[in-house]
Amino acid sequence: MSLLKGTRLRPFIVFGIMAALLTFVGISQSWGVSLTIINMCIISAIMTLGVNIQWGYAGLFNVGIMGFCALGGAAAVLVSKAPVTEAWSAGGAGMALALLCLVAGCCFVFILNRKWGKRPFRTTVTFIAALGVYFLARHFYDPASAAIEAVNPAKTGYLGGMGMPIILSWIVGGLFAAGAAWLIGKVTLGLRTDYLAIATLGIAEIIVALLKNEDWLTRGAKNVTGLPRPVPFELQLQQDSWFVDLVSRFNADLLAGLATDERAATLQSLVMDASGIFVKLCYTGLFLMVLLVLFTLCQLALNSPWGRMVRAIRDNETAAAAMGKDIKGRHLQIFVLGSAVVGIAGAMMTTLDGQFTPGTYNPLRYTFLIWVMVIVGGSGNNLGSILGGFLVWFIWIEAEPMGTWLMNVVTLGLDPASALKAHLLGSAQYMRLMVMGGVLLLVLRYSPGGILAEKSGHK
Amino acid sequence: MPEFIDILNALVLMTNYVILPALTYGSQLALGALGVTLVFGILRFSNFAHGDTMAFGAMVTILITWWFQSLGLSFGPLPTALLALPFGIAVTAVFLLFTDRFVYKHYRGIGAKPITFVMVSVGVMFIMNGLVRFVIGPADQRFADGARFIFKAREFKEYTGLAEGLALRSSQVITIVLAIILVAALFWFLQKTKTGKAMRAFSDNENLALLSGIDPDKIVRITWILAAILATVAGVLYGLDKSFKPFVYFQLLLPIFAAAIVGGLGKPIGAIAGGFIIAFSEVAITYVYKKFLIYLLPENLEPESLMQLLATEYKFAVSFVILVLVLLVRPTGIFKGNVV
Repeated sequence: MSLLKGTRLRPFIVFGIMAALLTFVGISQSWGVSLTIINMCIISAIMTLGVNIQWGYAGLFNVGIMGFCALGGAAAVLVSKAPVTEAWSAGGAGMALALLCLVAGCCFVFILNRKWGKRPFRTTVTFIAALGVYFLARHFYDPASAAIEAVNPAKTGYLGGMGMPIILSWIVGGLFAAGAAWLIGKVTLGLRTDYLAIATLGIAEIIVALLKNEDWLTRGAKNVTGLPRPVPFELQLQQDSWFVDLVSRFNADLLAGLATDERAATLQSLVMDASGIFVKLCYTGLFLMVLLVLFTLCQLALNSPWGRMVRAIRDNETAAAAMGKDIKGRHLQIFVLGSAVVGIAGAMMTTLDGQFTPGTYNPLRYTFLIWVMVIVGGSGNNLGSILGGFLVWFIWIEAEPMGTWLMNVVTLGLDPASALKAHLLGSAQYMRLMVMGGVLLLVLRYSPGGILAEKSGHK
Repeated sequence: MPEFIDILNALVLMTNYVILPALTYGSQLALGALGVTLVFGILRFSNFAHGDTMAFGAMVTILITWWFQSLGLSFGPLPTALLALPFGIAVTAVFLLFTDRFVYKHYRGIGAKPITFVMVSVGVMFIMNGLVRFVIGPADQRFADGARFIFKAREFKEYTGLAEGLALRSSQVITIVLAIILVAALFWFLQKTKTGKAMRAFSDNENLALLSGIDPDKIVRITWILAAILATVAGVLYGLDKSFKPFVYFQLLLPIFAAAIVGGLGKPIGAIAGGFIIAFSEVAITYVYKKFLIYLLPENLEPESLMQLLATEYKFAVSFVILVLVLLVRPTGIFKGNVV
């Protein structure tokens, strides 16, 4: 590593190594597996870009990434699924009323608190008013949610979505996350860094708890499956004549040497394989476009006067404040922007999965793993973030088979029927957590700037 | 007016479902928050690995408990885990001292920022998390043995003749008693012994403490040992009271930090107060008040709904909201903790 220090070629070399690793998986396992990893790598890279905006540019420690990612996922459901008209007529009006009560009530409590001024019992009055608003909203909410959840609970039991193309949800997911970030940022920014961390940790848990339990909104733990796709389905491709022609042209040499009936069978299996890869390639293309757009925007922002101001605030808040920079305002802006990018990635991930499963969001995988990516890649460097996303996701995926392999080697000498061997083999998947912790600690210790460190000469 | 017997029944109901569970949970949170606050006061960072330290300590204790049980050792009516507890503490303390020597010490040497320490503790958290799941698995483990109840709800009903029962579980009594002993010992140590005074001096003003010849390495070692004791006891008590599941311990991080911050980071007394505030709010807000109100209200006012302020799934929201309110109104916490 130290050999490479300071050379301009460093990014090319590390990305070359990354490409070689992915190619190796493609050749030794299969191209389908390799493409699956690449797609998730790109999504991880986008999330990492978002966190890098917050941490690398401004030094904000956000451990609520999981929540913003889940909000993006919820957006995918709410945008793409067809609306359930029955549920709307059953409880739509009640829900709207409850929402209206909540919004109007919050405004009322806020204004009351302001206007109360120095008069006595200000806190008590505000508290009672807030409690009143809560009960009023609950009064409309409880029957409405029960009515909605009662509509065909096995299949729907929720309001459904807008029935629009799922690609739109990538933007909506970003907006959702931005909105949530604005609310949280308003409250917690300006306090010391650790407090922001704890607060974001909490808000992420709350968001995921909401999505798990508010069945009327996103079916909660019952999951939403069969989301529409922005790309064709494999089955449909296999019947399209242009696709079959394309595959047979690609494999003309192979097919020419076969007998007629054998040729048809071979062609069919080739088409099956190719359709899977084609669909994954379509996703890769879409994701790459988003990544490129976001990367370009990030680079432009980082190298603009705005980017320099933000870094100045990060490196010395007092000095920046003395220069007349609005620190709280900039922090809020950055917190919202970074969270929006994470929300976009969250919506993309749900689109790729084709289903929304709130039960699978867990902070180790969706928050702290992204942090490992940022630190390993190089905080403050956009290219480094992308590399971190790719590399760490690759390690995360490959650590499991490696762990199993390692355990197989370690337990070779043990009796195959022994309980210890079975336990060790069964636990091999948790090796990846230790690997991640180890990687994070090693990078923090021996290369604190990450693999591709930030360019400017501070620190 | 409700009759006297109804009021009694309502009170018993509250004690059984709110006060006793909240006292127990509060003691567990207070012990956890004490660990966080000590590490914050001396080492000056928020230790994200504390939840997993609790899980680690509990895991070691469980393994030793199982070993004792297989040997046929028991502690009479008390759970065997209490016999195993000192060994669990010792192993956890060695582990923490080991991580300090090979991980945190370097960053103290270079004078790293607090946030770097937090980041490093995330790395330690990952490793401990993986280690616990690797050794004992992610599933629920029950290891409580001995007598489960001091007295059962049925016995209470027969004895008093009330309609409502009150059950006193031995895990609740053990938790509260052990927490009181441990907290008393800790305060005695911090207030009366020379090392404890040195620790407080170090926490108040590091440079001044160093000038007066206090050995920083010793202070740090003692802090980690105390953190190991508190985390292991809290982890084992929580496991005895509910059950041991690694992910739940990780999630305890939020209420524990909320308790420490609400009380004032770095203030031991604040951590205890914070623990009980969080626990009582969490239990009281997610409790279903229907039966309680039926006892107290006249018949024509009896509620039809559950009268639950917030569903149990949202109990995290309670600690979060309290945390945010305290941060907005009084960022230093109730007992004016040190804000670095």
